[in-house]
Amino acid sequence: MAMTRAQAGVQAHVLAVDFAACDGHGLCAELLPELIGLDEWGYPVLHSPTVPAELLPHARRAVAACPVMALRLNRAPTPPPDHPPSRGTAAPRRTVSGGQPG
Amino acid sequence: MNSDTGTVLAGEHSAAPPCGPYGERLLHGWYDTGRTADLTEHLGRYGPVPLSSALSRGTAMPLVRAVEEAGLTGRGGGGFPTGRKLRSVAGAKGPAVVVANGMESEPASHKDEVLLSLAPHLVLDGAALAAVAVGANVVHLCVPRTRATQADQLIAAVAERRRARLDPVPVKVHTLPHHFVSSEETSLVRWLNGGDARPMATPPRPFEKGVGKRPTLIGNVETLAHLALIARYGPAWFRESGSSRAPGTTLVTVSGAVAHPGVYEIPAGSPVPTALARAGGPQGRLGAVLAGGFFGSWLPVPLSTAAPERGAGVLVALPEGSCGLAETAAVLEYLAAQSARQCGPCRFGLPAVAEDFTALARGTADARRINLLHHRLGLLPGRGACSHPDGGARLAASALRVFADDVHRHLYTGPCRAAYAPLVLPVPAPRPPEEEEWR
Repeated sequence: MAMTRAQAGVQAHVLAVDFAACDGHGLCAELLPELIGLDEWGYPVLHSPTVPAELLPHARRAVAACPVMALRLNRAPTPPPDHPPSRGTAAPRRTVSGGQPG
Repeated sequence: MNSDTGTVLAGEHSAAPPCGPYGERLLHGWYDTGRTADLTEHLGRYGPVPLSSALSRGTAMPLVRAVEEAGLTGRGGGGFPTGRKLRSVAGAKGPAVVVANGMESEPASHKDEVLLSLAPHLVLDGAALAAVAVGANVVHLCVPRTRATQADQLIAAVAERRRARLDPVPVKVHTLPHHFVSSEETSLVRWLNGGDARPMATPPRPFEKGVGKRPTLIGNVETLAHLALIARYGPAWFRESGSSRAPGTTLVTVSGAVAHPGVYEIPAGSPVPTALARAGGPQGRLGAVLAGGFFGSWLPVPLSTAAPERGAGVLVALPEGSCGLAETAAVLEYLAAQSARQCGPCRFGLPAVAEDFTALARGTADARRINLLHHRLGLLPGRGACSHPDGGARLAASALRVFADDVHRHLYTGPCRAAYAPLVLPVPAPRPPEEEEWR
């Protein structure tokens, strides 16, 4: 059976936040909790920028709901793991150091 | 690398390739005479600007190819391949713009200031050559408003060249607000377009749509000076210094506990101990070395003799007995104050991290606070229009790693005596710029 383009990972949908525009309204996290959380000040934290096909309608809804149009849905030509996406599309790295809390 | 490109470009040069006592290229004149080179002296030393051979049959690709073959990378901290940048701008539609970035907002760095004051014509040659290479019809040279004397000297140097009918395009000198994030590429574009000297979200990147919505090449002034030498002497000559992975020479500002703090020109990719040795070597035993400035990383002692991962244009030697946590806390307080206040994660996250770190340095933090600090640090990178939060996070994380023993002591036995001693790092007062100070 032939794979769809999404399955082949040719053009994955990725979420990107324009943090200069974002005011921390938090609607995105409410509409798409599977992929978006909030930090302690109410700004979005992307658990994963890549949007699985089954969540695409929800992602579109979240993008449309943002009152300042700070959430975007882009098509990435290559899937993220090997190529870190450019600034703003990146999910925060979990740790910046290998260090453990003392 | 004895390519056609190299010989074509090298063919025009009349002077011998520059070489100071330690192999200096950019600072050759300084070692020669001990003063700023005027235009006549500059052209006598390096030969004429090979503007005509940068173009061949109406295209500028010979110079772009030469820079690619030389493997020149950006000396402003980004380390991006200059040839690829040139090619992108040259390939974009419409007349382009060249911006020479001499903003150098890193408080521990003085290399751009020194280069512009000792060899201004080398930088201006590079800007003119880059303009020809990318098809630009104007060059904007940006320097900090706080360095007014330097701006006057540069305006005089530009006038000297105009009288000699040297530059193919007009060169305009601008003085910009000198805040930490104002040296960021997009800050320059935004200011030149009539806005604040604050970073902008990308895309579009400046090479697609920059000053006046035109394709814009932004080059650090040192990068442009190297380009001026590659155009004269070719890529093979450029690669005679440095390593195959990091070719050429590079300027580094060395300060802290070394015998002779200052700006030095060293082979790119030099190990940190070699760079410190050029500054007369460490004075006494070192506790750590800060490589890369306020956006950089602390390196533990004994220092690695391998080539550093990222080019380190700034080295500060921290003497043994000083408190790396207090130094880092002060830098974080400064970086937090210098946020452009545009992006929430930076505006709120950096001050929170700085506060956590200050508590740690003063011995008032507990283990719960340290866990919170780690959590907050993990949420800084990749969540801003520019790399300001990423840089602060990198520094803080390296401090927790390198000064792990001190973290433990500060947590359980209180702060060290050095925590209240004068700082080794040149950290300005953490004062947030007023709104009107961004213009």
